[in-house]
Amino acid sequence: MTAQVVEPVVVDAPTETREISGLRATTAQLIRRPLFLIAAAWVAFVLISAFRPGWFTGYDPYATDPAAAMLPPGADHLFGTDIYGRDLWSRVLHGSALTIRATLIALGIAGVAGLGLGIVSGFFAGITDSILMRFVDVLLAIPGLLLALSIVTALGYGTLPVAVAVGVGIVPGFARTTRAEVLRVKTLPYVEAARAGGASWARVLLRHILPNAWGPVAVLAVLDAGVAIIAIASLSFLGFGAAPPAAEWGTLIADGRNYLITSWWLSLLPGVFVALLVLSLNHLSKTFQELSR
Amino acid sequence: MTLVSITGLDVGYLRRRQVHPAVTGLDLNVAPGEVVAIVGESGSGKTTTANALIGLLPAGGRITAGSAIIDGVETAGAGERTLRRLRGSVVGLIPQDPMVGLNPTQRVGHQVAEAVTLRGVAKPAAYAEAITFLEQAGVPDPELRARQYPHELSGGLRQRALIAIALAGRPKLIIADEPTSALDVTVQKRILDHLGGLVRDRGIALLIITHDLAVAADRADRVVVMRHGRKVEEGDPRAILRDPAQAYTRTLIAAAPRLAHGGRVVPRFDVRDQPQPAPILTLTGVGKTFGTFRALDDVSVTVPRGRTHALVGESGCGKTTTLRIALGLESATSGSVVLDGTETADLSWRAFRPLRRKAQLVHQDPFATLDPKFTVGQSITEPLQSFRVGTRRSRQARARELLDQVALPVSYLDRLPSELSGGQRQRVAIARALALEPDLIMLDEPVSALDVLVQEQILGLLADLQRDLGLSYLFVSHDLAVVASLAHTVSVMNGGRVVEDGPVATVFTNPASEYTRELIDAIPGRRADAL
Repeated sequence: MTAQVVEPVVVDAPTETREISGLRATTAQLIRRPLFLIAAAWVAFVLISAFRPGWFTGYDPYATDPAAAMLPPGADHLFGTDIYGRDLWSRVLHGSALTIRATLIALGIAGVAGLGLGIVSGFFAGITDSILMRFVDVLLAIPGLLLALSIVTALGYGTLPVAVAVGVGIVPGFARTTRAEVLRVKTLPYVEAARAGGASWARVLLRHILPNAWGPVAVLAVLDAGVAIIAIASLSFLGFGAAPPAAEWGTLIADGRNYLITSWWLSLLPGVFVALLVLSLNHLSKTFQELSR
Repeated sequence: MTLVSITGLDVGYLRRRQVHPAVTGLDLNVAPGEVVAIVGESGSGKTTTANALIGLLPAGGRITAGSAIIDGVETAGAGERTLRRLRGSVVGLIPQDPMVGLNPTQRVGHQVAEAVTLRGVAKPAAYAEAITFLEQAGVPDPELRARQYPHELSGGLRQRALIAIALAGRPKLIIADEPTSALDVTVQKRILDHLGGLVRDRGIALLIITHDLAVAADRADRVVVMRHGRKVEEGDPRAILRDPAQAYTRTLIAAAPRLAHGGRVVPRFDVRDQPQPAPILTLTGVGKTFGTFRALDDVSVTVPRGRTHALVGESGCGKTTTLRIALGLESATSGSVVLDGTETADLSWRAFRPLRRKAQLVHQDPFATLDPKFTVGQSITEPLQSFRVGTRRSRQARARELLDQVALPVSYLDRLPSELSGGQRQRVAIARALALEPDLIMLDEPVSALDVLVQEQILGLLADLQRDLGLSYLFVSHDLAVVASLAHTVSVMNGGRVVEDGPVATVFTNPASEYTRELIDAIPGRRADAL
């Protein structure tokens, strides 16, 4: 070899000063949004009340008291009382337990099945992809509530069947989103670099594709939590939910609809409670989406 | 009489309620009909200057001081209404990336005509005029092209359509922001030649923004070198090339292969008189078809052990496909691939896997080649984990050693790719490729996404590693200047075939084919000849 020019290797200066670590910057950004904080606080409150309703109310949700029937909202009874004199606030909070649990089960089913379907079809592509996606298309083609109703009718009434029915209804969205993300990440050079480095497909899938694909899916999960709550409330409104005297939110709203003129709070206040929760979840999901962009 | 007069311009970006300066105290004048080039690395403020000039600063950008007068109108702090009157009719902009510069849902002719109608021309007349502008911009068969959509046009043609749009407003100044860095060298040369001719004939002033001093020196009447938002040097390109006043300018000249050697391309290695070492990789008669498209046709390539073999050609010539076949990421339709004595053309993934320890890959795009969720340490040790080499502790030690080899501080082990610059990411990618102690590294355009100076550093690093570790490289590039500074032997490819091959010293000084000669002529830096 002839004259070799040997230059000193200079480390190129980083173009920008090191940013504050990502997580801290994100948190700082979030704290500056008051609406986000309110929404997050409300969701947190409902979640806690779902598992520990006793922390926020002293009344037994099932204790009837004819003397105190149909009381309007006041200091004693925050949401008033129903026709049997049961405290409505306490019933809403104890209803949280059932509805939130059903929502979590539904999201769990949708998450596991949707992620699974999406990953398998995005990853293996080809004929597997075609078959799975046509199946998902069929699910998408049936109106959500109709699908849920048929499933509940087949499985029987109760909180768990309602959760399963709603979960199956939101699987397609998860599957589609996951598949799109997997298809995007799969072609990126770092996946190829890992393959060229001798990594097995299982390793590539678990360590590279999954962690980089689940961001939008997580956002969708928050958004779909709102959808699931409404679907569960709808089903229990129609009477497919838990058996009386236990009450889900939908049941509470349904019970009050005969007394709308005389005791408006029976339907309205549980309704507002649910609406606020769903709006909060939507706002959280929107905020996360903006951040991840 | 000056067309553009910038005095004491300060531009900053608002981040977390603080203004981070991007351009500081810039003075710049452009006379009518003058060609001025602003040269600098990424982050030097050259694009910010151009954007500030026409009021197109991205969100958060602020002009904090100074003035920028175009054609007698103050643009610093001017309202949208004032600026709109300037855009198109006084200043035309040719954007950086021709692939995203056109609206994909509109025919090309309409997009040019739209720019014409802004001048107040009626629609039918505007379309006819648009076709003339396309013709002037050097689009062959303009009537056909005007009816086509952007995706039907090649990168070079799209760039010409964008030039036609810029011309359509009959501007007094055209700003070209890295107009050709996304294009092949020969296309780049043709377009820049054409653009230079156009502005000269019409007396339009041209402001070229580029990171490549060689490009600037070839085209401009005046060169402005910028660094860290400040002007470093300004003057006639010949004077600057002959006698640069600043050390920074001297580094830029040294980094442009053609400028450094007085206008000639001098290969770093001359192996004409030396025996060729035994090959580590041999491709013989490799063919590859995608559907009916023949991507490769009878390609034979040999990489001698301990040396660098380059595959050169324009985009679509099959060089990357060749590399992917050599690496077993793609299978050949015909022909044989022998890697270190083993025939690999028909091996399954599983059977090929042990051979991966011998051949590794470095990708083109430093921003996509590292998993954004992996720290530098995790990325580097991943191949070791895949092959279950060593323990956690020994792998960590190896990662530190590798970082040292690629001249990065050990403290970078815990950093994420988003915290690194392009050059640093490419160093990490090289470290990852080195982890398994391979004999052969395949480099797919490893420096084409980097600035000239960083390119120079990475090429230097690769050369050092080759000398210290006895590595062989198969090196894919469209840039002959880069090939000259790294490769021993070269295969020139065109249309899926090898047009010419041999030692770089032979091919570059005495090209046998017309195509190779064209490629070599296209390397920027000709003006240094005249010195």
